[in-house]
Amino acid sequence: MSEQKHTRKGWLYEPLFPDVNTWPIYKLTQDRDEFLKQVKEAAFIAVKEQTKTTQGLNEELAKTYYMERIRVKTNAWAADKKDEGPFWEGVKKKLLKLSPENEKTPDLNEDQILESIIDRYTEEIAGFFNPTAYNFAKEATTFGFARLLNASEGKGISRFWKTRHNLHEKIRLQGDLDHIRTLAKKGTLVMVPTHFSNLDSILIGWAIQSLGLRPFLYGAGLNLFGIGILAFFMSRLGAYKVDRRKKNMIYLETLKTYSTIGMLRGCNSLFFPGGTRSRSGAIEKKLKLGLLGTAMEAQRLHFLKDQEKATKIFVIPVVFNYNFVLEAPSLIDEHLKQVGQQHYFRENDDYSTSYKLAKFMIKFFTKSSEMSISFGKCIDLFGNPVDQDGNSIGKNNEKIDISRYFMTNGVFTRDSQRDAEYTKMLGDEIVKRFHSESRVFASHVVAFVAFELIRKRHKKLDIYAVLRLPEEDQKLTYLEFTNGVSRLLDRLREMAANGEVHLYHELEIPEIDKVIETGIKNLGMYDAKRPLYKTKDGFIMSEDFNLLFFYHNRIEGYGLAKYI
Amino acid sequence: MDSQNTSDKLPVGVIGAGVFGTAIANLLAENRDVILYSRRPEVIESISTSRVNRGQKINARIKPTTSIEEITSSCTLIFPVVSSSSFSEMIRTFSPYLRPDHILIHGTKGLDVRLKQGETLTEKTFLNRKMVRTMSEIILQETEVMRVGCLAGPNLASEIALGQPAASVIASRFDEVIREGQRALRSSRFQVFGNHDITGVELAGVLKNVIAIASGALSGLGYGENARALLISRGMVEMVHIGKLMGGEPKAFFGLAGVGDLIATCSSEKSRNFTVGYRLAKGEKIEDILSSMDEVAEGVNTVKVTNAFIHSAKTRAPMTETIYKCLFSGKTVKEGVDYLMNLPLGTDLDYFS
Repeated sequence: MSEQKHTRKGWLYEPLFPDVNTWPIYKLTQDRDEFLKQVKEAAFIAVKEQTKTTQGLNEELAKTYYMERIRVKTNAWAADKKDEGPFWEGVKKKLLKLSPENEKTPDLNEDQILESIIDRYTEEIAGFFNPTAYNFAKEATTFGFARLLNASEGKGISRFWKTRHNLHEKIRLQGDLDHIRTLAKKGTLVMVPTHFSNLDSILIGWAIQSLGLRPFLYGAGLNLFGIGILAFFMSRLGAYKVDRRKKNMIYLETLKTYSTIGMLRGCNSLFFPGGTRSRSGAIEKKLKLGLLGTAMEAQRLHFLKDQEKATKIFVIPVVFNYNFVLEAPSLIDEHLKQVGQQHYFRENDDYSTSYKLAKFMIKFFTKSSEMSISFGKCIDLFGNPVDQDGNSIGKNNEKIDISRYFMTNGVFTRDSQRDAEYTKMLGDEIVKRFHSESRVFASHVVAFVAFELIRKRHKKLDIYAVLRLPEEDQKLTYLEFTNGVSRLLDRLREMAANGEVHLYHELEIPEIDKVIETGIKNLGMYDAKRPLYKTKDGFIMSEDFNLLFFYHNRIEGYGLAKYI
Repeated sequence: MDSQNTSDKLPVGVIGAGVFGTAIANLLAENRDVILYSRRPEVIESISTSRVNRGQKINARIKPTTSIEEITSSCTLIFPVVSSSSFSEMIRTFSPYLRPDHILIHGTKGLDVRLKQGETLTEKTFLNRKMVRTMSEIILQETEVMRVGCLAGPNLASEIALGQPAASVIASRFDEVIREGQRALRSSRFQVFGNHDITGVELAGVLKNVIAIASGALSGLGYGENARALLISRGMVEMVHIGKLMGGEPKAFFGLAGVGDLIATCSSEKSRNFTVGYRLAKGEKIEDILSSMDEVAEGVNTVKVTNAFIHSAKTRAPMTETIYKCLFSGKTVKEGVDYLMNLPLGTDLDYFS
């Protein structure tokens, strides 16, 4: 374990690089014009390479126009620019002028239209970094978090001003934190967390600060930029904007290029590789590889430029361990709709006002239950462990030279299909580590056991029928429940001994009744309807079976059902 | 690719100087310099002096060696072609010498099983997919090499050695591996196709050996082409069934590495697996057959593995089970055929659904 000392301001560590002027993320802003120019040029080349011919580019432009027109008409957001309509009308007019039946216009061609679109996208994506706003946000979050946390104790207004509890008792940062700090000095960090709640982004920002790391380049959903106070900070903290509605190739290439060049310029990066919050409550099994691929590309370019002196990129899988997820009811609802009928649903923006967001945070901090953020071991882009000096360590416990993965017959080669396969393999490794780094809480255990016991009774029913069972069929005797919990704990302990998962300290208590009590108390404590409770006459029941299913899913990826 | 020019200068490696390894080395030598590795000094010695191995003349561009260091440092493209029983040991020995820029394309059609210390593989052994490894999975797990491929298809070594036209499949997740393999192997008498489903292609090559044993057995009993056609087509269905359970896509089985290889091996008396079945039907004991052969018939081990695997997966594969019984549980081939012919039609499952 690391020697964690609380710093003067309540962070775990002092900042590694106190001078903001040395931060790559700040340099992006100082050098903004040059940076964006670089992005635009590289994105332009990337699109041209994929479309190959003028004809191909023309078709891509037409497709982009078509998709964008639909988006503007049917799914407009508050964060959208006001001139969306006119801009795309303009693109349409230019495209029409280029159609073969019209005479050639000398100063207009496909490249020019592409440039204008990339230009627009880049300016939209790009963020600023403002040190003053950053410092203010830093102070405000610590102060605010601590106040909210302590507000759960005591009465009256004075409770807001006593700092009895330290935030780190409530939110535990676990893992080899010293190693992360060491590597932060040797190379570029890429953090890839699981994603269960909107709170994740705020908490990871706080955790990064507490580790004393420099801020990370982070792609935030464009919808969040429509929320007053949040927009103010996000757009000044270096966050760049990701619009999930835009799925056209030109946009995606521009976005990826922005990320690649940001990393090439030394910025630590953060992305949620699940792409969106886990709807089912399960740990991600399939990752979106687009942004992960930009790390691969940045690493290749580093090697190409500097060979053995090249900056290395280290990947840190991060797992959020919650007892409850604030958005659980709406998430599981969407999940069931999606799976049930391949139901198309729009990317909507929950928490669309500052008020809702504030309410949400207050609930989180004032409900007294713990959570933890586990930081996995740092790996290189090929899944190898990394030593104190940033060397990749291979299967024979020797240093290996990963730059050679980008070589063919002894020379560096560029092969996007190859690198995409590497990225897939990295994705698989991250999923594996998500599962092994995850902390199992007592609440996960009780939810899993209760749900599986009931599902077992109704083997012939599909999940929808199980969820609609009448209340009397969802009743468990305490004895059968305890037996189930005990069998599951045996299996989990075995897995933990093999390093396949981690158990949170509360599961080390030998008395099973205590484990169950803790689990039931913490499970979904925020939710209006209790996912699980014990009746006076000693039965285990659920007030909201969908929610129970959601929390059960958290440890669904380990093949545990057969042990209950 | 930028590599076009440099790659032709580098020699290509072959690990294993058996019949197939030698045939591959000769094919490669038509395009490039080749380094042929064997761990047995007497084999290397004999190749160097006589320039003949396993009845095949050795191309002048082939350099034999016993040095792992030499083959791994001078070649980035290497073809391991050793029997499946020694494959994992060979890979472990090579592992410290293999680097991230090596490309390995293996030509071994067998499965590796990881059992607990002291355990032997029987009908009752529990086998799940994690315990059964294809050769490419061994390479990925034991070395730093990520760019892995496999070579499969109707490649009877003796016909290749005679210079007859033939074709093969290189399967890999990586276009680059397929491309490099094609460039090294391709010639006017040897076609090389590509496929991305490496697991499917490996399994097709492995599982067809079981059917080949049965085909030999039918010939041993003196049966003709009706029986063989029945065997091949039903055998194909069973291969797809097991292949799917083990994580291969059915498509791979309909290509050169599946149906192509199946037809070749089931019709050829030159095939070792065919020979095993043939002699078994003639009344010989399996121990005697195996001890008199100078190279491994992979199908025999594959039957053991798949038989235990399908039992563990709680499914059925009547042909594999019957062949297992004929090989290891004293059932005669005639009894086996009778059993299969009398299976109620209701058990003929539709594996393709």
